[in-house]
Amino acid sequence: MHDKNSSNTANFSSNSNATKVQLHINKTTLHLHVMPWVSLLDAIRDHGKLTGTKKGCDHGQCGACTVICDGKRILSCLTLAVMKDGSEITTIEGIANGEVLHPLQTAFIEHDAFQCGYCTPGQICSAIAMLEEGKADTRDEVKEQMSGNLCRCGANTNIIDAIMEFKDKRNE
Amino acid sequence: MKISKQIGKSVNRLEGHLKVTGAAKYAGEYDVPGLLQGYIVNSTITKGKILEIDESAAHALSGVVAIFSHNNRTKLPWFDIMYADMDAPPGTPFKPFYNDQILYNGQPIALVVAETFETARYAATLIKVTYDEEPFETELAAHLDDARDPKKGIATFIKPLPPSANGDFEKAYNDADVQYAGEFIHGTEHHNPLELFTTTTVYEGDGKLTVYDKTQGTSNCQIYIANVFGLHYKDVRILSPFVGGAFGSGLRPQYQLFLCVMASLELKRNVRVTMDRAQMFTFGHRPQTIQKTRFGATADGTVTAINHTAIAETSQHEDYTEVVVNWANMLYPAKNTLLDYKLVPLDVFSPMDMRAPGGSTGLHAIEATMDALSYILKVDPMELRLLNYAERDVSANKPFSSKELKQCYLQGAEKFGWANRKSEPRTTRRGNRLVGTGMSSGIWDVIALPAKAKASINKKGKLKVKSAVTDIGTGTLTVMTQIAADSLGIHIDDVTFEYGDSNMPLSPIQGGSYTTGVVGSAVKAACESLKKKIFKKAKKMNNSTFNSVALEDVVFEDGSMHLKQDKSNFVTFKEIIADNDGKKIKASKNNIPNVLKLKQYTRAAHSAAFVEVEVDEQLGIVNVTRAVTAVAAGKIINPKTARSQILGGMIWGISKALREETLMDHNLGKYMNTDLGEYHIPVHADIHELDVIFVDEKDDIINELGSKGVGEIGLASMAPAIANAIYHATGKRVNKFPIHFDQLL
Repeated sequence: MHDKNSSNTANFSSNSNATKVQLHINKTTLHLHVMPWVSLLDAIRDHGKLTGTKKGCDHGQCGACTVICDGKRILSCLTLAVMKDGSEITTIEGIANGEVLHPLQTAFIEHDAFQCGYCTPGQICSAIAMLEEGKADTRDEVKEQMSGNLCRCGANTNIIDAIMEFKDKRNE
Repeated sequence: MKISKQIGKSVNRLEGHLKVTGAAKYAGEYDVPGLLQGYIVNSTITKGKILEIDESAAHALSGVVAIFSHNNRTKLPWFDIMYADMDAPPGTPFKPFYNDQILYNGQPIALVVAETFETARYAATLIKVTYDEEPFETELAAHLDDARDPKKGIATFIKPLPPSANGDFEKAYNDADVQYAGEFIHGTEHHNPLELFTTTTVYEGDGKLTVYDKTQGTSNCQIYIANVFGLHYKDVRILSPFVGGAFGSGLRPQYQLFLCVMASLELKRNVRVTMDRAQMFTFGHRPQTIQKTRFGATADGTVTAINHTAIAETSQHEDYTEVVVNWANMLYPAKNTLLDYKLVPLDVFSPMDMRAPGGSTGLHAIEATMDALSYILKVDPMELRLLNYAERDVSANKPFSSKELKQCYLQGAEKFGWANRKSEPRTTRRGNRLVGTGMSSGIWDVIALPAKAKASINKKGKLKVKSAVTDIGTGTLTVMTQIAADSLGIHIDDVTFEYGDSNMPLSPIQGGSYTTGVVGSAVKAACESLKKKIFKKAKKMNNSTFNSVALEDVVFEDGSMHLKQDKSNFVTFKEIIADNDGKKIKASKNNIPNVLKLKQYTRAAHSAAFVEVEVDEQLGIVNVTRAVTAVAAGKIINPKTARSQILGGMIWGISKALREETLMDHNLGKYMNTDLGEYHIPVHADIHELDVIFVDEKDDIINELGSKGVGEIGLASMAPAIANAIYHATGKRVNKFPIHFDQLL
């Protein structure tokens, strides 16, 4: 048998280091027992079983992991779960109102604002929180403020069309 | 009520709801019991031997279950053929963990399997590997003298080698009134779909596996896994209903599939192995390619001589080829040609098809050369193309099955406002920015392959159609559903298309822009076969008015069958099945293209791109401010999803011309920008006005649908049009991609 106490890494996954974390995700409280190095993204996907939030790079470079945390869009891959104890988190699974889609989700479908769909949850969460920030008004500003969310299929113009339509309707 | 035809209609993506709510499950998202997580260790040297793998520190970590490497692996077959997948080029396929040899930097050499992802990832960092390093060669430009002809193989059927020389090129070129010669340099690119390559296995016992994999071909992975691990085909089920982009990277089974399956079989457990983003740079890529062109023309603009040569990298173990130099003479009917394509084997992984492979590389050289000639001749660039318009493919001496490229030029130019263009370069400014416009032609092959589909209709009148094909974001689910609805004459809501499962009827790998034509034709054929069976059953019904009529005398529409002459004389599908004791009626069809007929024609989609760029004179920064691409691709099944495919291709063109390149340190043999911060692709702020036109094109030859596919054609013409627009803006002809600001200062 391997000696589990011999190296500096002995307690890497022993439960003694696990921390209790409460995440209020999509209005449901998730009680987690996670190691301090578990990212919020992995906590949501692997522990919370909410796989709508995507991992594209794990480096904060693609935006696929964007969730809305206490009203602000954050990169859940660059956030540790323990940092968000007690926070209100909305993931893509919490954007619709039950079976009724959020108007931005409907706009994404109408504008064909996705192809493979992998960046989509991040784009939608990012866009909703971005509009709340109030920094973007024109199309160019929206494009700039959404540039942290990459799309490799090249749905960029359709994504911005969908956001602009939602934004304009919201302001009517 | 008459149901409107679905083909040609902009139906929203049927899986849209799942994708916008996060309910669509990708390969790494299946919650399976007792899941173990694997993390891959990659070679840090480029060539040599592994001397030792010290796993002690990793093993000491609590939660580590197993470590696999060439020292600890399943017994593997000896014969190369067992590792060859449907897309394997001629040569020896890469065999993970086969022995101690290192063939390239980043080669997978160990797999840590642990109880949690974090433990596996950390343990992977604790593995110490000692190597015996050998000298290596990775730089194409330093080895052009070693270029040799590619080996021939099965792949050569789909990717023909260049046609032999025509006429006397050297004489014609020397005699030409005007000439342009260029050298075109393209770096390495990696596909980088946003979803990381992932496999999740479900160990079903008795050597049976269910595998969720990121792939473009479920059947391909099934055959590969069964062959490599000595399993029965029926015991390996590959599922891939959602694929987070692939662009060619999923055409071959990737090594995480092999490693995950090995761990699962050895441990008799459910396992997941996910690559990290840096590992996404450790397999296939678009190869470095260096091209040379020499085109000659008469003073009136007739191109008389075409010489196009390309030298591309491949690996030491496989001869990966692309069609780079065959296109010029298909587009421009010069009588004197000299085309050549050669390979240089280097110590890299085998390159792999990446969106518009070969075409997007070759067309840059061809279309920039044509553009350069137009300025020398003082002829409008589009006019030069029209002057040299090929009504027939002289390179193969065959007619085109259809070709509406002329309409692409004319309609694209009209929409773009090309006529208002100033012909002289460097004549338009907006503030401190130089403005230029450029255009390019595009061409892409139409490939025909066999495919199978099954169709069945149940007592509720619901049609189910099945194929093993994947939908990598192309819109396949939606398009196949539309085709099935029209083929049987049924409401689209009554159709289910099941796909992404190797248990379903065999489909080729999704790629090459052929899926809609190939699988769509199989779907149509299966539905036609189902119609015959429905018709037979209807004839047997009591008091059937169809007793004495032939199949040609009836029409299938609105979920029923009626006499052509008398619409009131009808029977619904539901009634027919009720009479069949409520039993489903099923049909299956293996659709095999008529190769003898197809061989008589050159089959290609065409496009024309028109681009405006602004170039900041002080900073050299290029912005594609607007672009129009006009496409002739036969019947467009779904204009909405097809438009998105073309837009995607155009954005890939912007990326290719201006952004993306994997940079290697040739002293290390290692790619250096292996993350999405350093590997640049366009962001939203880089993308401006893009417009797509589909030109009417009828084609009765290519397939039963007359559909040519739209996955690559949007990229083919875009990148060269950008390069040409930059020349028009700045007067600088930059023939190296991507074009960066430093080349424009």
